[in-house]
Amino acid sequence: MAEASSTPSDERVKQISPLRRALIRPELGAMVGTLAVFAFFILFAFDSGMFNSQGIMNWATVSAQFMIIAVGACLLMIAGEFDLSVGSMIGFAGMMIAIFGVTIGIPMWAAILITFFLCISIGALNGFIVIRTGLPSFIVTLAFLFILRGFTIFLPQMVERKTIIGGIREAAEGDWLAPIFGGKIFGSLFIWLGDAGLITVFERGTRAGQPVVDGIPMLIVWALVLVVFGHVLLTRTKFGNWIFASGGDAEAARNSGVPVTRVKMYMFMFTAFCATVFAICQVMEFGSAGADRGLLKEFEAIIAVVIGGALLTGGYGSVIGAALGAVIFGVVQQGLFFAGVESSLFRVFLGVILLGAVILNTYIRRMITGER
Amino acid sequence: MNTRSTHAPIIEMRNIEKHFGAVIALAGVSLEVFPGECHCLLGDNGAGKSTFIKTMSGVHKPTGGEIIFDGAPMNFDTPRDAMEAGIATVHQHLAMIPLMSVSRNFFMGNEPVKKIAGINFFDHDHANDVTMSEMRRMGINLRGPDQAVGTLSGGERQTVAIARAVFFGAKVLILDEPTSALGVRQTANVLATIDKVRKQGVAVVFITHNVRHALAVGDRFTVLNRGQTLGTAQRGQITPDELQDMMAGGQEMASLEGSLGGTV
Repeated sequence: MAEASSTPSDERVKQISPLRRALIRPELGAMVGTLAVFAFFILFAFDSGMFNSQGIMNWATVSAQFMIIAVGACLLMIAGEFDLSVGSMIGFAGMMIAIFGVTIGIPMWAAILITFFLCISIGALNGFIVIRTGLPSFIVTLAFLFILRGFTIFLPQMVERKTIIGGIREAAEGDWLAPIFGGKIFGSLFIWLGDAGLITVFERGTRAGQPVVDGIPMLIVWALVLVVFGHVLLTRTKFGNWIFASGGDAEAARNSGVPVTRVKMYMFMFTAFCATVFAICQVMEFGSAGADRGLLKEFEAIIAVVIGGALLTGGYGSVIGAALGAVIFGVVQQGLFFAGVESSLFRVFLGVILLGAVILNTYIRRMITGER
Repeated sequence: MNTRSTHAPIIEMRNIEKHFGAVIALAGVSLEVFPGECHCLLGDNGAGKSTFIKTMSGVHKPTGGEIIFDGAPMNFDTPRDAMEAGIATVHQHLAMIPLMSVSRNFFMGNEPVKKIAGINFFDHDHANDVTMSEMRRMGINLRGPDQAVGTLSGGERQTVAIARAVFFGAKVLILDEPTSALGVRQTANVLATIDKVRKQGVAVVFITHNVRHALAVGDRFTVLNRGQTLGTAQRGQITPDELQDMMAGGQEMASLEGSLGGTV
């Protein structure tokens, strides 16, 4: 068997063109889209401040937010399931941080850990119900979309008689865990860049001479770490193969000894984890938790994933693609603002690009499987 | 490749009975399979073929009778036990995922790992090399190990499934109607694969209701009819017509065939 592997390629096998080979990479569409979006805004909005340090930080932060939830949604979708409760989970997790950390007043690190535990448990419950009942995850998680949102509105009214709880930044003061979500890194690098005149600095006021952008928010760090983690997990590990297999054909995967139930369960928990990370970064930044946070985020995550080339039916997709989908999302949303375009047009753009992506993905799937 | 009386059978099914409530699906079926033999199990729809092989592969527990595997009585609780003992089943509905590459499919559930910095990574290089060489051995030339299974023909998919089972140490390979949905050329490919596998010393149980396919590769033939075995015949001791008659239960078939000019 060893000697055979050294034989060169067979002349009877038709070579496929490099274009076709490139097309069946799931993230290709998103790569082209990203380039197109950047080209567009560099051409039409370069002078608007979109590409100076604050501008970049602005759309990078928004993109990073999308990225965090897209990674979870991407892996879950490849495993063959959806989670529509992501947006409500974001609101719920933020509210839990506020209730535990501010209203009840336990140390912030404990509030963060309890929130993670709670939310991941709810994710596991989602998965458990989907797997046990065999119902579509669409319906089960739609139920949780309402259940969690309902609690997110009800609980703060019960304990504080209002729907926004503030004071989180003060409560997180001096905590050891909170800066992992709300802090910034590379501050000295930005001071150096400011001193060197490479980025804008404040010209007057108490912070004169300091750079306007004073570090990379942990939100962006989380986004990059999650993307790298998700990508390596999916493409370079045994578990990644199981994710593809579970979404491609759960029955066939089971027959081959893949623990499909466990895979799907972990993916629901991971999605909940990503939503919680998003929520904690957000409440640390805003200093408050609101009952309406995370509204519609589940759809935005799914759109980013689909733009990234994943199939809604599971079994195919790419974390890198989803991350690029998130970048397209963030750049366009903020770019339209910089370019002075009416922001409601962003929704039109979303719908159009979603439709385009789904049609392209279906075509690519036919190409891979040879269906006609 | 026919008489193997000097060897011990790898698996022996003695007087297997299986009842589902009031229905007697198997009423005492016996069969033995030797290593390196292709044993054809023939029978019409409803004859009990599927129930029988499911008993063999641990899906069903027999109501009566015993299974001797490798010289020792065996009692498989789950298909997994049977699989681990070396009994692999390739089903009509394949355990293949069209969107995944051949190499990812080949190692699905048995992924090779390589440790880098204490973390187990999927060893793609190894998986790709093995997949390419195993496929070439079976006569399938892949464009590359990353070619999706969806682009393979039905016969090639069967061959990948068979090659996978053999690679992961199957001693008994049960093929459940692998040729029933295939065209002529693809069938020939699968039959050639069966022959290759048999020559490696694997015991093949080939289920079919097509006498031609059975006679093309079979060493011995067992016919099931209404949950009973009508005996096992050696290659060369039986004609296609006799086999056909046994499967269909004789009488009616003879008159039917007469009206069709003996072409069935």
